[in-house]
Amino acid sequence: MSVLGTDTQKTYQELKDQAVQAVEGLNTKSYVLVGTATCGRAAGALNVLETFRSEIGKHNVDAEIIEVGCMGHCYAEPMVIVYKPGFPKICYGSVDEGIATRLVTDFLVNDDPCFDFAMAALEPNDFFPTFEDFPRGVYEQKVVLSDCGLIAPDDIEQYIARDGYGGLAKALSKEPERVITEVKDSNLRGRGGAGFPTGVKWEICRNAEGDTKYVICNADEGDPGAFIDRALLESNPHQLIEGLAIAAYAIGASQGYIYVRAEYPLAIERLKTAIGQAREKGIIGNSVMGSNFSFDIKIFQGSGAFVCGEETALIASIEGNAGIPNHRPPFPAVSGLHGKPTIINNVKTLSYITHIIRNGAEWFKSIGTPGTPGTAVFALAGKVVGTGLVEVPMGTTIRTLIYDVADGIKNEKNFKAVQIGGPSGGCLPESSLDLPIDFDSLQQAGAMMGSGGLVVLDEEDCMVEIARFFLEFTQNESCGKCTFCRLGTKQMLDILTDITKGKGKLEDIDLLLELAVDIKAGSLCALGKTAPNPVLTTIRFFRDEYEAHITEGRCPALMCKELITYVIDEKKCSKLCDACIGSCPVEAVYTRSDMLKDIYLDKCVKCDNCLVTCLPLYQAVIKVSPPIEAGGNQNG
Amino acid sequence: MELMEGELEKITAEVEQVIKDQGTERERLIPILQGVQEKLGYLPKEAMKKVAEAVEVSEVEIYEIATFYNQFRLNPPGKHQIKVCMGTACHMTGGNIIMESFERRLDIKEGETTPDREFSLERVACVGCCALAPVVVVDENVEAKVRPTRVDGILLGFDMEKKAAEKEMQKAASEQKTQEEEG
Repeated sequence: MSVLGTDTQKTYQELKDQAVQAVEGLNTKSYVLVGTATCGRAAGALNVLETFRSEIGKHNVDAEIIEVGCMGHCYAEPMVIVYKPGFPKICYGSVDEGIATRLVTDFLVNDDPCFDFAMAALEPNDFFPTFEDFPRGVYEQKVVLSDCGLIAPDDIEQYIARDGYGGLAKALSKEPERVITEVKDSNLRGRGGAGFPTGVKWEICRNAEGDTKYVICNADEGDPGAFIDRALLESNPHQLIEGLAIAAYAIGASQGYIYVRAEYPLAIERLKTAIGQAREKGIIGNSVMGSNFSFDIKIFQGSGAFVCGEETALIASIEGNAGIPNHRPPFPAVSGLHGKPTIINNVKTLSYITHIIRNGAEWFKSIGTPGTPGTAVFALAGKVVGTGLVEVPMGTTIRTLIYDVADGIKNEKNFKAVQIGGPSGGCLPESSLDLPIDFDSLQQAGAMMGSGGLVVLDEEDCMVEIARFFLEFTQNESCGKCTFCRLGTKQMLDILTDITKGKGKLEDIDLLLELAVDIKAGSLCALGKTAPNPVLTTIRFFRDEYEAHITEGRCPALMCKELITYVIDEKKCSKLCDACIGSCPVEAVYTRSDMLKDIYLDKCVKCDNCLVTCLPLYQAVIKVSPPIEAGGNQNG
Repeated sequence: MELMEGELEKITAEVEQVIKDQGTERERLIPILQGVQEKLGYLPKEAMKKVAEAVEVSEVEIYEIATFYNQFRLNPPGKHQIKVCMGTACHMTGGNIIMESFERRLDIKEGETTPDREFSLERVACVGCCALAPVVVVDENVEAKVRPTRVDGILLGFDMEKKAAEKEMQKAASEQKTQEEEG
């Protein structure tokens, strides 16, 4: 084994020398990194990319254009990084075609780095602040996101040059048992939601009987509101492949699967390219890096079923069946895919493995809290300024995350709640803001780490509606095996829908609580066991909102459509403007004889267009609740 | 749905090709169905029967899988596929308003195709662009921060494209006619 180990190290050193050489060639001239992950593309990154191509061609600049993934600053997409020898690397946000043209003509052709458009520099310098000079940079500690957006996902050399696959080489020079011990020592807990210790799972699988074993990466990120796995796959697929290979070596598997959602076409494409490159370099395939360990990876495309995130359902799906969960035990680690011992780990978990083996368990334990070491990656969305991906040490409070890292609430509105963990999680109110983020404290508060979706809600978001939304989702996604999950969630959904329409009864709240207990007890898998969480937490913390809907027919957040009416405030409306009339899709807004505008309540479809149109000018269109009956128009 | 002329031959040929590429192991069943849908745009009854025969499972099992997973559709999609994201962030920023706007403009409901098979409208759980909500995926393009007015804009764009294409066709036809007359 020791002889093989030295061979592996030697093979790796050769690979790395080649890669370093290839990448050094890059730094001798200018280059432009354009973030073209799905989120960047949605914001127009492909147009920006095209502009850079044509402008650089037009001005005959010697510069490379490289497509990279996502740096996590979604609010500033599309983002580019421009490097010119003699200048620090500078990152620019919200780039459009105009700015892209300027960056070429002013910066690359001449020597003006266009500081007006710059967000931050990537390294300390005398001209411009770096990311570390902003609160987000101070509180963030990037481990799995560290290379995202900085390296080309389709260039294995860039990954290897940054010590990539060094963890795998190190693992291969050890006994598999020692790899497992390292993971156990690191106290890494699975990032899929439940937080089960990864090392323990591996040990069970290693010790299970059988020659054929499998490793599966669960990239079926179905949780609405979470996009971490997508970003990791699109930005740094090699990190995951390395983690998966280490896992396979540790438990003694030679076949790995990556189960990825078909809704992530770009992630699948980049993953396929990465696997191909790794195979070419001899990093996967027969005798990995010259060792006697062989390993290959297949991609399996999930077909859009949330329940397939559950281990046994995922296995059923790979086997070609409907993804319906099964009883555990036996746990997949003992009897999984085709009845063989199988470990299933989440994308984030496997990405951490890469770093743990590279840097050691002690290093990992130095981050975060003793109970949950490491970092937490969150997908911040909703009403915060700095939306995007953030990675903070475990134990950071929710308040720090929202107000310091993400720069607070949008449009100076008031914070109401934070929804953590998607459909399995819960809504926490302002009083929970000082909770430290880790598996145990979130669970105690009634929420869940889940897959890391964190949606911030403000005063304009209705808590009954958000509970109804999540229940609609879980009800739709229930596979139908367990009666309580199949029918119980339907009953809860019907009750919640009634409440949002003002047809609820006071005793409904107690009925909901009762149903919640039964559904939790009567469901086999986590989908059913956690489905009532959004309802339970909103009732616990925002009971007054439920009661306002039921007793007064009023939606305090002015969100539930059946309980609001759009009206025009006469005092604010301008006679000279008719933007609202033009914006209405159904001709419900009209000009009265006194030239002020008004809304035909019976025609209005409550599409919000007139309100948005009026907002920057007069703010004359307002919502009122409880609703005004059609015919009883207050403005006559 | 009734098949159009020549459609059955196309279905048979495509299904046979996919089965040839994927093999007939049970484990390949979902990839086979995905392949068929990729080629045909949906899973026609005839295709499902063929797959059942090849993989040697009962037709009802194929139907179970095709209806269990959200990805599979049993009706032909429109020429342009509109997918409205209904993830958390999109929902909270008015995803349902966007869905209603499309329903109103296209005069179809979610999950349906317009009678001329020009547009189909679907909801998707989450496309992972939550920071840019509300999001709509039109064919392969992701539209960010969509407002009801943008809905009109998207549809107007297709309408203009279609009209321009028709004009081209008419122009080409009339040119041909003139040429024939001259000839």
